[in-house]
Order: sequence, then C-alpha cells, then structure tokens
Amino acid sequence: MNNKRSQIVSFSIIIILYAVLEILLKTGNLSSLFSSLLIPVCCYMAAAIGLNLNVGISGELNLGQAGFMSIGAFTGICVSGMLSGVISNGVIRLVTAMIVGMILAGVFGILIGIPTLKLSGDYLAIVTLAFGEIIKSLVTNLYLGMDSRGLHFSFVQNKVSLEPGGKMLLNGAMGATGTERIASFTAGVILVLICLAFVYNLMDSGSGRAIMAARDNRIAASSIGIDVTRTKMLAFVVSAGMAGAAGALYGLSFSTLEPRKFDFNLSIMILVYVVLGGLGNMTGTLIATMLLVTLPQMLRGLSDFRMLIYAIVLIAMMLITNNEKVKIFIEKMRLRRKEKGAGNGEN
Amino acid sequence: MSFLSYLINGLRLGSVYAIIALGYTMVYGIAKMLNFAHGDVIMVGAYTAFFAATAAGLPLIPAVLLAMAVCTVLGVAIERFAYKPLRSATSLSVLITAIGVSYLLQNAAQLLWTSNPRIFPSLFSNGAFELGGLSISYVTVITIVTCIVIMVCLMLFVNKTRTGSAMRACAEDQGAAALMGINVNRIISLTFAIGSGLAAIASVLLCSTYPTVTPTLGAMPGIKAFTAAVFGGIGSIPGAFLGGLLLGIIEILAGAYISTQLSDAIVFAVLIIVLLIRPSGLLGKKVREKV
Amino acid sequence: MKKKIMTKVIAAAMTGAMALSLAACGGASSGSSASQGGAAGSASGAAIKIGGSGPLTGAAAIYGTAVKNAAEMAVEEINAKGGTQYELNFQDDAHDAEQATNAYGVLKDWGMQVSLATVTSAPMAAVAPMYKDDHIFGLTPSASSLAAIYEDPDNETNPYGDLFQVCFTDPNQGKASADYFKSHPDLGTKIFVIYNNEDNYSTGVYKKFIDQAKANGLDVVGEATFMNSTVDFSVQVGAAKDSGADLVFLPIYYTPASQIFIAADSMGYKPSWFGIDGMDGILTVEGFDTKLAEGVYLLTPFSADATDDLTKKFVENYKAKYGEIPNQFAADSYDAVYAIAKAVDAAGVTADMSASDICDKMVSQFTSMSFDGLTGKSVTWSASGEVSKTPAAVVIENGTYVGVEN
Repeated sequence: MNNKRSQIVSFSIIIILYAVLEILLKTGNLSSLFSSLLIPVCCYMAAAIGLNLNVGISGELNLGQAGFMSIGAFTGICVSGMLSGVISNGVIRLVTAMIVGMILAGVFGILIGIPTLKLSGDYLAIVTLAFGEIIKSLVTNLYLGMDSRGLHFSFVQNKVSLEPGGKMLLNGAMGATGTERIASFTAGVILVLICLAFVYNLMDSGSGRAIMAARDNRIAASSIGIDVTRTKMLAFVVSAGMAGAAGALYGLSFSTLEPRKFDFNLSIMILVYVVLGGLGNMTGTLIATMLLVTLPQMLRGLSDFRMLIYAIVLIAMMLITNNEKVKIFIEKMRLRRKEKGAGNGEN
Repeated sequence: MSFLSYLINGLRLGSVYAIIALGYTMVYGIAKMLNFAHGDVIMVGAYTAFFAATAAGLPLIPAVLLAMAVCTVLGVAIERFAYKPLRSATSLSVLITAIGVSYLLQNAAQLLWTSNPRIFPSLFSNGAFELGGLSISYVTVITIVTCIVIMVCLMLFVNKTRTGSAMRACAEDQGAAALMGINVNRIISLTFAIGSGLAAIASVLLCSTYPTVTPTLGAMPGIKAFTAAVFGGIGSIPGAFLGGLLLGIIEILAGAYISTQLSDAIVFAVLIIVLLIRPSGLLGKKVREKV
Repeated sequence: MKKKIMTKVIAAAMTGAMALSLAACGGASSGSSASQGGAAGSASGAAIKIGGSGPLTGAAAIYGTAVKNAAEMAVEEINAKGGTQYELNFQDDAHDAEQATNAYGVLKDWGMQVSLATVTSAPMAAVAPMYKDDHIFGLTPSASSLAAIYEDPDNETNPYGDLFQVCFTDPNQGKASADYFKSHPDLGTKIFVIYNNEDNYSTGVYKKFIDQAKANGLDVVGEATFMNSTVDFSVQVGAAKDSGADLVFLPIYYTPASQIFIAADSMGYKPSWFGIDGMDGILTVEGFDTKLAEGVYLLTPFSADATDDLTKKFVENYKAKYGEIPNQFAADSYDAVYAIAKAVDAAGVTADMSASDICDKMVSQFTSMSFDGLTGKSVTWSASGEVSKTPAAVVIENGTYVGVEN
C-alpha cells in the first residue's frame, strides 16, 4: 500500500517537473544554466536508479557504475557516428544508440558478474572498482576511425590513418570529439520513467522478492531454493544496462567526451546520490540526485570556496541524517501524521 | 635497465604502498570502515614535511616527527568529529562521509596552499650503493628498510602488548570487547592515530622518490594502497605488507615489459584474478557465514 | 542519553566550524582580490562583459587560476586607463566538459558579450558549438586542440569561425619541433619521446610530431607514455636510456617533466632534453633544483625571464599582485584580454551592442589586425581562428632562459 503510494509520488514528481521545465524551456524562461543541467541530471538519475537496485535492493556494494556508463557512452557515440550517414533522423539514431549502449553494458555486466558475484561485501566493491578502472584504461587506449573504406581499429598505439573526409569516432585519451548532439531532455525523462517502472515492477515480482531475500540472508534464501547468484546477477546486469543507456544519452548530449570523465569519483558520486536518497528508496534517489547535481551550481557565488562548502554539506548531511535525535524526530512526525490520517478516516 | 633494477624500483614503490596499506588495513580491521580520506592525510603529511623542511629549515627526523604529529592529530580529529557520530550507522554512510572528508581536505589544501606544485626537498643524501653494476640509491634502501621495520613493530605491538590484544579483541567483536572492559572508543582512536602517523612516514618516503607535492597527491596512492590492502587480505597486517610489495612490483614490471599505458589495468586485472582464486585476499581470513 | 546527543550535535557543528576556519585562513593567505569568481573591474553600467571559464578547483586548477589572475589584472589595467570599460566574470569548470557547459550557461545568463572561452581543450570542445549557436565571440588563451576551433578536427575543416586561439594549436607545436630537430642535428639524432597518453595536449602534439618526424627523415628510436596517475617515472626514463637516445622530446607539462629530470638524474642519464610551451614554469616550481633543468631546450612563445619592457612589467606586476611568477597560461590570458581590447577599440564596439553584433565586428578585426603582445610580435589570425606567431627556442643556462639563434 505504502509502496504503491511512494511509486505514484515518484512518477508524479518526474512528470510534473518535466511539464513545468518543458514549458519554461519552450517559452524561453528557463535560465541557460538550468537548461544545461537537464540532460545530465536525467542521466545521473537513471544510473542512480540502477545502482540503487544493485546496492539498496540487492545489497551488493558496486563502485564501478561509471565504468558501465563509459561503455554505454562510447558505444552510443560510435553507433550514432556510424549511422549518421544511413539514418538522418536524430531520434531514431538516439534510441538505437541507447539500446545498443544498454545491451553492451549489460553484456559486460554478465561477463563481470559471472566470476565476481560469488564474492561479497567489500571484496565485491573492490572488484567493481577495479573493473571501472580497467574499463577507463582500455577506452583510453582505443582508436576507432571511419572513412569511405570502412572502419579502422587499433589498440594502445594509434595506427589509424584515415582518408580525407574520414572521422575518428574514438581517439584514445581525447575520447570522442565532434559528436552530433542528438540527446534531448524528453528522451532523458522517458529513460528515467522506464527505469523507474522497470525497477518497481521488478520489486513487486517474484524475482524482486528473491533478490531482497538473498540480500537479507544469503544462506536462508538459498536454503529455500533461491539461486542467490542468479538473482544477484539479475540486479547487477539490469543496473549495468541502465547505466549503459544513461551513458549513451550522456555521451550524445555533449560534442566531446573524454574517457577520464568516467572515473572512480563519478562512481562514488552516483553512490552518494543513492545513499543520501536512502537505500532502496527510488523517490529519495531522484530527489538526492537533483539536489546534489544542482548544489555545486548554486554555490558558484562562493567561487573558490564552492567545492569546500559542498564537501562540508555532504558530511553534515550524513551526520544529520544519521543523528539519533533527528531520526527520533522524523519517526515521531511520521507517527503523528499516521494518527491524524487514521483519525480523519474514522470521521 | 636490467630486470633487477626494475625489480628494486618496484620494491621501493611497493614499500610506500605497503606503509599506506597498513594504515588502511588497521582501520578496516578495527573500525570495519573504508577510510577513503587516508590518502588525503598523506597529502597533509607531505605539505607539513615540505614546510618543515623548507620554510622552517628542519632536518629530516624533526620534519618527519612534526608531520607525524600533525597527521596523528588530524586523523584522530577526523575520527572524532566525522566518523564517531556514525558508529551505529550503516557502513555505506561512513563510506560517503569518508569521501566527504577527502573532498574537504583536498579543497582546503587547495585554498591554503594553492594548486601550484611544489618539489619536495631531498632530505636523504643522494648517494647510491654499487652492487656489481647495479646501483641502488640510499632512498630506496631506507624506504624498504623503514617499511619492514614498521611492519615488524606493528606485528609485535598487536600480538605482544596488552593494548595490542585489546585491538585484536575489538577487531574480533566490538560488543564482546566492550563487555570485557575494553574502552572501544579509545582503541579506535588509537588505531586512527597509528594509521595516520604511518601515513606521515609514507608521505615523506613517497615524496622523497616522487617529489611533486600537490593537493591531489594522495588520491591515486590512496586507491592503489587500498587495492594493496585488499590484495593481501584486508584486516591482515602481513597481508597489507605483501599486497603493497606485490602491487608495486607488478606495476613497475608491467610498465617496463608490457605497456606503460596498460600498467594500471594490469594491476587491477591481477587483483581481480587473485580475488577470484582467494576471495579474501592472499593472507585474509576466511569468515564462515552463519545463519 | 541527552549528553550523548549533545556531543553529536557539537561534533557536527565543530566539523563545519573547523572546515570554515580552515577555509577562512585560505582566503586570507591566498591573497587574491576580493572579487573572486564574481565580476571584476568596473562597476559602472557601461562596461563590456567578458566571460570565461577554466579549472579553479581540482587537479588542473593551476592553469585556470593563472588565466583568471592574469585576465583580472589586464582588465584592471585597461579600466584604469579610462576609455572603454570591461567587466570580467570567470567561472570554474573543473576541467570537465559537463561543468564547462554549466559555466557557459551561467555566463550567458549574466549577459556575456565577448568571451575568453575556456582554459583547457576538452571543455572548449564541449562549449565551442554553443558559442557558434549563440554567435558569441570567443578568444581562448590556452585551449590548443584542433577541436577547439574546428567542427571537424580530423580533417581540419569547418572552422567554427567565431572562436580564436592565442596559443599555438597542438599539431603546430609538434610540427615546429620536428622541423627544429631536422635543422639542428647537433642537438641529437636518436630521438625518444615521452608523453602523457591521457592528456589531450600531449597526445595532440605527439601525433603530429611523429608524422612530421617521418616526413623529415628523423630517427625516432622509441617512445614511452605515462598517465595522470603515474608517480614513478623510472620505467619511462629507463626505456629512453636503454634505447640509446641522445635527444628526448617532452611534449608535456612541466610538473611531470620535473619528475622525469629527477629520475634521469638519479640514473645518471644525460641526453639533450627538448620541451615545448608546457615546459615553461619548470624554473619556478617551488623546491625544484633548477640545476637538473640545465641545458633543457624549449620551443616557447613566452618566457618569464625575457628582458623586453612588456614582459618585465607584466612579470613584476603579476608577482606583486599574486605573489608568484606568471606562467605561459597567464601570459596567453593577458594577451587575450589586450587583443580583445585592441579589436574593440578598432571596431568601435560599445557596451550597449548585442553579443551577436560584437561577434561580427570582432571576427573582421581579428582576421585583419596585427597584435603585439607578451607571446609574440605582429601576431595575426587566420579566418579559421588559428594564430600565427613565431615560437622562439630558448635554452636554460645558469637557471635562466637564454635565447638560441634559429
């Protein structure tokens, strides 16, 4: 019951916000700063929803979400670049790029998940961290060019030489440049809605309950016949796929993207959105993402002190949300509201 | 350069990783938290030693002692103000707080000392031992010896003293340790003090060989040392030592013989393979799960 | 129980207070002007609004800070002369493409009329199409990649048209270096290259250098790469030593270069070292033993030790204002502001014109004018935005730069 209500709340937040922002945007009343934040926020939301499924619902600490975003982003950019001569419609290309990015990130999720999901806790965390770093390192060494003769690929050493008119899709450390910006805010919102709907449906399904049971007690869950590794894998791969789609959208919203963008710090930032929003709480994740992406922009007036204050706010938020007194206060408020609601119902 | 000289460079880098990893592993063993701010404590240690040696003109030993004092106070203060209020919170909340502290230290350092790089003065004499065509600098020898001495002292401390047994008790079961009359908070503070003091020594050794001091100096050695601690089995002191050394050697040899571009990727790939074969690291204890 | 909660509240408050006090000290000691990040310069309404962004936080902050400082200084100097007044708004982009687009949004909301664009290359490539869409004139002091000014950097075609560079493009420096090696075989004939393969600037120079070296018939005996995270340079220097190279080309910034010199010194390896403009600053690194850089060649358009009046005055004022010696980035930024001012005066641009009108006037000025600045005399620009000036080779002798006859 409560669950249903929170689902409705999160869907309505997104839809209402979208309507308001879209109207402002179309009428030219949205500041340039805010319009530059729209698509990235959607990408981070989608990646964070996926990570929350992985960390909050499946209970596995994943420090490599940025790695999956990276796979999705660079795949998406390549797909869009390759199709640019074939399909002129940006929307179709964007959707194709996002789907391919999602699938490839999901495949990597399976490849990484098979050996590693046997590990647990902090050991799994370090393995995902290591994979994130490896992916960054590999992408930094990839060279992919396209010209009239077809695709040219090289690794570590850039041996790609193109005919005039050719285009480097991936250029090692420089990543992708000259990307056509086909991403749109609407596509971002649709992505977030799909991710939300998927996660909520999963949570209500038998697989979802199996995931949660495996989180709460691995041994007990397997003793009642739940294949723990398989359920964990499901959450891990779905999470990777969402990050992949988000990454593709992200990559196609900027004219340039460097592999170093998707580093350990980005994985941690997405984790911060999840933890601050509340483990397993999707509405919380959405709100935390919006707040934390916007906060450093709002602090621009502080100039040099901006990131310092951001760090302090981060620490203070963790201390306050975990403070006993605050917890008791919130609990009291909740009880009072419940009592009131019950009273109203009777009258 | 010969294989041996690469190996020695690897040992030197590995020794620095090992000392940092010891700090990680002790804190993890006792407080069960990943202290991602540890790398930034190293940075503060490096700046302290830098200013002690250049502005105040102190010689090596007093400079190191001053850096140790500053780092110890900083480590204990961080624990007291940022981590202690979260003793009952989830480990993820503590992890995020640690990240916050890391950002805080980096940005404070940038404001205090600007982001201009400074070159750490050479506090050790510049000579080298000559062994049959192989030249080993004094810094290298001092780094490796210091690392071994620290590891042995820590082992003795943890295994032979009363406080050491109290630490082991806390690592085993904090609740039971408290019931036995051990002041758990004091032990955790002490662990942070030791870990941060080690970070100061590591900072001087790190900067003596790789002498650029910047506000982000601690980030990458921090992650590498964390990897080393997991590699060896997090929570295990000899594990951190072994993990650090191996990581340093793999990094240098992979760079020398395979590819400098891929050396980081190779280090992390080896880590993953080791964890797949030994899920609790090289020397980690296997914890049996109970229902 | 109550006491415990109080302690926690106090603990939280103390964390904040401690951090704030730290921050406060920082503000006082950094000694920068009171107008941090905000608008600097004239407060009167009729000032032309100059925007710009660069890394003021994070690992690349040194470059952004240098540009911001020098630009602020230039604006103050120009405003003090009377005449057309300027207002500068310099935003932080943390050397990140996404944040650069946010910074661009902030600047646009503020009403930027001309711009210093961005300091670093990747953020520049991200905002370049936005400058084109909004038709705002941008003169980047230091974003040197081709993607900063070309929509199609692979073929060097489709220039954005309203974006110009004060610095050389990366390939330009690679080519100039390879040509210099060909005409100066006395430097060394067996060439080794060490570069940062995670860095736009470094890889950009390297790639063109290798192509040109092949064309010039130079003997490149090997190459080694490092990454932003690299702390140990013994492998790279060891590889150079083993290859028997007598000339090592370092298309990198001076911070890793200083580490390479130290590593080479400890190995007793003494080839000729050759750097480009990123090497400038090596002599001002606090604590660096400049003896190690003795004999290093640099191909750079600016050196802080130059003896002409303009440079001397600039270095003196910068030192007095910010307490440090200006580097290449600061010089490029100072030139950028003065070049904008020159074009504004020549074209009769006033503060009440729209950014788009100003852009047209500025482009026609820049493609026709010749500018004398810190980083070059009679500097001109092509229609695609590339600068044309002569880099001078200097060699470090007795801890200062000494000009080399070309």
